[in-house]
Amino acid sequence: MKTHVNQDANQKAAAGFSGSSEILPAAESRTSFEASRAGAPGYRFPDADRPRPVSPPAIPAALIRRDPAALPELGEVEIVRHYTALSRKNYGVDLGFYPLGSCTMKYNPKLNEDAAALPGFNLLHPLQSDTDAEGTLELSGRLMEGLCAVTGMAWGTLQPMAGAHGEFVGMKIFRAAFRARGEEKRRRLLVPDSSHGTNPASAHLAGFEVITLPSGPDGLLTPESLNPYLDDELAGIMLTNPNTLGLFENRILEIAEKIHGAGGLLYYDGANLNAVMGRARPGDMGFDVMHMNLHKTFATPHGGGGPGAGPVLVGESLIPYLPFPVIARKEGAWIRDWNRPESIGKASGWYGNTGVLIRAFAYLLSMGSDGLKRATDLAVLNANYLLSLLKGDYDAPFGGPCKHEFVLSAKSLKDATGITAMDIAKGLIEHGIHPPTVYFPLIVQECLMIEPTETETRESLDRFVSVMKKLRNLAESNPEELHAMPRECAVGRVDEVKAARNPVLSHMMKMKRPE
Amino acid sequence: MIPYLPHSEADISAMLERIGVSDIDDLFADIPASVRLSGPLNLPESMAEADVFRILDDLSRRNAAKLLFLGAGQYDHVIPSVVNHLTGRSEFVTAYTPYQPEISQGILQALFEFQSSIAAITGLPVSNASLYDGFTAAAEACAMVLNARRKSRIVLIAGTIHPFTKSVLQTYFGDLDVEILEISERPESRGRIEKAVLAEAVETAGEELAGVLVQTPNIYGALEDLSGWAEMIHAAGARLIVSANPLSLGALASPAEWGADIAVGDTQPLGLPPCFGGPSAGYIACTEELMRRMPGRIVGETLDSEGRRAFVLTLQAREQHIKRERATSNICSNQSLAALANTIYLAAVGPKGFAEVSRRNIEAAGALREKLVGGLGLEDYTAGAVFNEFTLRIPVPREVWEAPFEAAGIASGVWLADLDSSLPPDLLTIAVTEKRTASELERYTACAREALK
Repeated sequence: MKTHVNQDANQKAAAGFSGSSEILPAAESRTSFEASRAGAPGYRFPDADRPRPVSPPAIPAALIRRDPAALPELGEVEIVRHYTALSRKNYGVDLGFYPLGSCTMKYNPKLNEDAAALPGFNLLHPLQSDTDAEGTLELSGRLMEGLCAVTGMAWGTLQPMAGAHGEFVGMKIFRAAFRARGEEKRRRLLVPDSSHGTNPASAHLAGFEVITLPSGPDGLLTPESLNPYLDDELAGIMLTNPNTLGLFENRILEIAEKIHGAGGLLYYDGANLNAVMGRARPGDMGFDVMHMNLHKTFATPHGGGGPGAGPVLVGESLIPYLPFPVIARKEGAWIRDWNRPESIGKASGWYGNTGVLIRAFAYLLSMGSDGLKRATDLAVLNANYLLSLLKGDYDAPFGGPCKHEFVLSAKSLKDATGITAMDIAKGLIEHGIHPPTVYFPLIVQECLMIEPTETETRESLDRFVSVMKKLRNLAESNPEELHAMPRECAVGRVDEVKAARNPVLSHMMKMKRPE
Repeated sequence: MIPYLPHSEADISAMLERIGVSDIDDLFADIPASVRLSGPLNLPESMAEADVFRILDDLSRRNAAKLLFLGAGQYDHVIPSVVNHLTGRSEFVTAYTPYQPEISQGILQALFEFQSSIAAITGLPVSNASLYDGFTAAAEACAMVLNARRKSRIVLIAGTIHPFTKSVLQTYFGDLDVEILEISERPESRGRIEKAVLAEAVETAGEELAGVLVQTPNIYGALEDLSGWAEMIHAAGARLIVSANPLSLGALASPAEWGADIAVGDTQPLGLPPCFGGPSAGYIACTEELMRRMPGRIVGETLDSEGRRAFVLTLQAREQHIKRERATSNICSNQSLAALANTIYLAAVGPKGFAEVSRRNIEAAGALREKLVGGLGLEDYTAGAVFNEFTLRIPVPREVWEAPFEAAGIASGVWLADLDSSLPPDLLTIAVTEKRTASELERYTACAREALK
């Protein structure tokens, strides 16, 4: 019997890595559809006191389904084992370090899950009256007050479901403001080349012409680069601050002055807000509209890709354009204000991902003014600590200090050894660590974008550093070994070209394909 | 003290020393003094877990827990216990979008199963890994058909779709060179769109027509008869988008059976609580012809380096992180965890359960409709077939109707004028799901009788 298990092995086991062939039988890569067993029991719907009409409702034959839906047939135990097995092939923050740049993969407090599961919140229908919905409306109003305190904005909407959704809503607010001013020809929207891909995509969807601004050699935007666009066709600019290189745009006030001077507006992409909470506020930097990613900054879980929440906040003069209904206070009670003649309209069907907003509110209360500032301080401390330890082994194109994240480049390493940023990422996986964001921002070659967040211990960071150094050495001593990683996961490196060239996107498509 | 922030003071000192600064403040020296915050944020101080929980628990209790007969897009259904237990596995909950397939096979395979389930219920082979909700899914579908036909700029929408979908479409397309034109119902058509009216609109739109969006069951709860729609729309060179309550597809004709090119809807009825409207997910499925115009994340099957089966995010050349302003959509985060709940729900109920729960909804709504229309003589606005909700004309003022229900703790239905002020103020849409019992329907009927006295 083993008496000693090293930490590497422990972490891998926790992540479901060790010997997928031993713990997870190969059959578990069968989908629920392939595991289907004719005659399996299925779910039993309630029998007691079941309503039955005297005469069965008549539905015309043309409206009746002819081919039954080919769903899997499984018993309850099989379902539990199937999805439990799948969960063990998935890596989350609860399993280990997740320094995915720009994604702020901090710990998701368990209290927040308990709060969101309360039946009083869950069983509330969106069309119950304001009086019926008093608790959720007050939560929404107080959350909005808190978000305004953190950002220095005047008010906002909780409707957007994600950051990109918030960006789109923000761009629509730009359009509405220009229309109200009779300046509809303001269509030119500036976006730095280091921005998130969603920024230009959202601006384009709202009908703006996107102009890409080059970052300077120090990774920062210069106010001078705006000069060619400061005319009556300028709509404004979309910025993250700090930017995606983890650097604070220190000439932001000059940039704001130029944009406002030309009649434009400033949009703040809140993806990187974890870098400045309690230290600086977008409202004070001159931004007119912004979104927050509560699934990043406010610790709500990412759920394997969502649901998130991307509330949009605006300055005083833009409040009339917010999507309706707007949370408002009337005679001491929180209500939904539907009477918004200048509103851009609804952004989504209801009032946003309320379940996510409940978690964010619990986080806001838990952290308070002191906790949010300390979170930012420690996030920035952790990032600078990692940068200081890694900049000798990898290219650090922008030095320091950084804010909550920083970029390294594997360019020199690739030139010397052929090992790429992707190889380093796969090597980290082999060691039970989720890789950083790779190949983004696009302006840095062989980019590794690292965001440790405040919830990692120094010990966790030190281990990351030792693995990164080990991989760097391996790149020189045995690049082939690194190329072959990861070997200990449920699968090795996958063939993305095959997936895209001959798409199999559902069981139905698979069944139709000749093998 | 914040339990989520793990650093000891000794850690902090050692880390600052390593970085080469003396104080955390030094790490913020690049923020110009003029925008640096001098005082604390205007918020209360941090709180202990149990203190926070007490506040949230109190707030949750201040929502009125009512017996729900409300629908219009969100419903109170039975949710099998396995759904929340399995969806709540923290390996799923605390993961990001599966960019690294080697350590994300769990959610990737689950999303492939979601896509497979949506394909199974809609009958259309291509599904993505979810959109925000059914409303924005309708907007994305309209964008798809507009992009699919060169020089098209018109989408015809049935006047009977959810008013909030109309509003979302206005938001998405209002500033673009796109016309969203409504096909009106005639008063005698009892809350349904007639094919003849559609045919006229299709002909008028001509070559600028991208597609037609229709919802069934519609906002009145009525089922639209789409016989011959697809043929007529395809003959005009345009495409058909069918929005459907996914739970209705257990018993009612699938979008594929209607000949739809795209199916959309909201997945809330498939194992998710109403929670004031979110999170749920939007589903979207299409024909193979439109596959490369599909927005959002898509999971595909492939092989790994050892020839083993693997799942991976695919067709990414459509997406914003590659195409930037030329992307088909700006979607990044979607509603994966809600989609996982839907997948588990559909696996749990299985094909027989799916058909059965769908039929039970038809029966339950039929049972109450019988009592109110046949028994109490209320006027049925949606004469004809419905799924799990129907619309009545209420002959007494709203407050008179609501008083007995309020006293009994029952939410009696959705006043359609609340969704669209141009609709008659006496229309009440009542939803009855498989969760309602015969005695609950009795209580409803008793309140209605009281209100009509």
